[in-house]
Amino acid sequence: MTAMIDLPEAEPAAQAPERKKKAGGSLGKYLLIRFALIFPTILILVTMVFFLMRLTGDPITAALGGRLSSDQLAVRIHEAGYDRPIFVQYFEYLGQIATGNFGRTISDNLAISDMLATYGTATLELAVNSLIVALAIGIPFGMLAAYKRDKYQDAILRVLAIAFYATPVFFAGLLLKLVFSIWLGWFPVAGRGNTSTEIAMAELTAPSGIYWLDALRSGNMTAFWDVAQHSVLPAVALGLLTAGIFLRLVRTNVIGTLSKDYVEAGRSRGVSEYRLLTKHAYKPALIPIITVMGLQIALLLGGAVLTETTFEWKGLGFQLAHYLTARDFVAVQGIVALLAVIVAVTNFIVDVIAALIDPRVRY
Amino acid sequence: METKKSLFSRLPIVAQLKKSMGLQRGMLIAGIVMTGLFLLTAALAPLLSPYGPTQRFNETQAPPSSAHLWGTTAGGYDVFSRTIWGTQTAVLVIVVAVALSIFIGVILGLLSGYIGGWLDRILVVLADAIYAFPTLLLAMVMSIAISKGQSNLWSGIFSAAISITVVFIPQYFRVIRAETIRLKAEPFVESAIVVGASSVRIMARHIYKNATRTLPLIFTLNASEAILTLAGLGFLGFGIEPSSAAEWGYDLNHAQSDAASGIWWTGVFPGAAIVLTVLGLTLLGESMNDLNDPRLRGRKRAGKKNGRKKNKELVDA
Repeated sequence: MTAMIDLPEAEPAAQAPERKKKAGGSLGKYLLIRFALIFPTILILVTMVFFLMRLTGDPITAALGGRLSSDQLAVRIHEAGYDRPIFVQYFEYLGQIATGNFGRTISDNLAISDMLATYGTATLELAVNSLIVALAIGIPFGMLAAYKRDKYQDAILRVLAIAFYATPVFFAGLLLKLVFSIWLGWFPVAGRGNTSTEIAMAELTAPSGIYWLDALRSGNMTAFWDVAQHSVLPAVALGLLTAGIFLRLVRTNVIGTLSKDYVEAGRSRGVSEYRLLTKHAYKPALIPIITVMGLQIALLLGGAVLTETTFEWKGLGFQLAHYLTARDFVAVQGIVALLAVIVAVTNFIVDVIAALIDPRVRY
Repeated sequence: METKKSLFSRLPIVAQLKKSMGLQRGMLIAGIVMTGLFLLTAALAPLLSPYGPTQRFNETQAPPSSAHLWGTTAGGYDVFSRTIWGTQTAVLVIVVAVALSIFIGVILGLLSGYIGGWLDRILVVLADAIYAFPTLLLAMVMSIAISKGQSNLWSGIFSAAISITVVFIPQYFRVIRAETIRLKAEPFVESAIVVGASSVRIMARHIYKNATRTLPLIFTLNASEAILTLAGLGFLGFGIEPSSAAEWGYDLNHAQSDAASGIWWTGVFPGAAIVLTVLGLTLLGESMNDLNDPRLRGRKRAGKKNGRKKNKELVDA
């Protein structure tokens, strides 16, 4: 949740003067170096989690401790290879990753790749839903706040944006549940679908794992309606968190563009403020937002863990908490490795876009 | 820009309050008041709360009444007392977490920025990797590695604080490093080198004091993040045990199932406490940040033609 801090060095990408003079040839080199940096990032995170997890004890004692005698435990631990020197285990693990073999979860014996695919799609669905909510709220209201700058509408929206950020997802979820499922009865309390939907989804051949898509493809409209109803509250809870940040971003950027010379020129020719906002300032203001949006991925993933636990949405975050409690090293490392790849690749794409837009970024 | 003023008017919050006006001043004052109330509640928790933080009663899930102002939880805790005592836990964790991360982050930032070379490159890649990863997820893994799943009051507070520290260090590191690199080229550092001051002395005296000016801002913003992370950890069951201290996140975890059966009081109050505390700290940090930002931007543009004019405009804005 590092989103609310505007570090001094992170100046928003603005105008790009003298593009040709400075860019000459350095773009390719920059992209190459930036691409190469993906790998140490992933390696560092995977390494950190590997050693941290080893500090917690071994999964076999966590799963079977108390039920087996210490001798039997020692035998099991030896069989699984957890008593070997830690660096031997570490390099063996790196070798496995390099060959794409992530192993099987210890607690429920699933292939890591299957586990990631199953729960990853659930998290993806939640993330996309909440992103839609966040954009639908953040962009129009951010523009409104910029348009009504320093008026009371702006004040209300800005305080609201901070309030959205200040509300933990699980508290927002609790309030939404209380109001919309308990008192009003509009939406279900938790889960991705009711029992009949879950059964229908499990029976599908080659499902995408994204429930609304699967329901649509199989033409099961009752399931689709059910899935849609289940999606609303989690998407709103997680979406509001990011909506506050988008609102602020849009506001700052639109205000920045509204004071640009060309907008000033339009204003002096008598173009209406509304038209200046919607036709002239809108698009240039949104370009930097696209890059900053990518940086919200970490916030979104962190929020997804809490949202999934709140709404019993069986995705990566829900499972991560579960596997951590069970000390399932292999599963936790698999999930973290996937998240590290997502974060590193997203940041790479964001930097590439930023470099293409603004030559000053290439250092 | 900052010529001789009294010490009082140069204090972080006072200085910003003087610069502020209109809406911004309102937001700043709201932030100061809410943060003040939060700190006051934490200090006066023993006087304000009718019961102890871990005291249990036979009435479980009792609705608000005169004996239990905000009702009781399924575990028999008094919601009002736990919400009040929660401020103390929050303050402790913030202080430990932020102090530790400032301490380590500033040292690493100074070293990395001043010495440069391979140390710098390695630290930057490390910090960027940690910075990019979701705070909460890393804190979860950290806390389970530190506490090994069970914790009393102090070990719980420290494991939560250290988990938060690890993810905050990169933020301080980045800011201090950037400032150090900028200051390294300044004439006063060069003259110190010429005079023959040691690297340690230059870092500790000349650069340190100049590089840490922006820290109060990050501090307030980080404090609010620390509360959210602590609550998130508690909510997921990786935080402080309920029998050792009152912690809002843990209480909200248990309130989720209560909410499904319409019991609202166990969740609404600790949740509101989190929102108000984070809101207060964020309003405070944000308005201070906003008020300081024009000066930052003004300095960068000072070389240009109408730098002075733009600077004035920005301050007015």
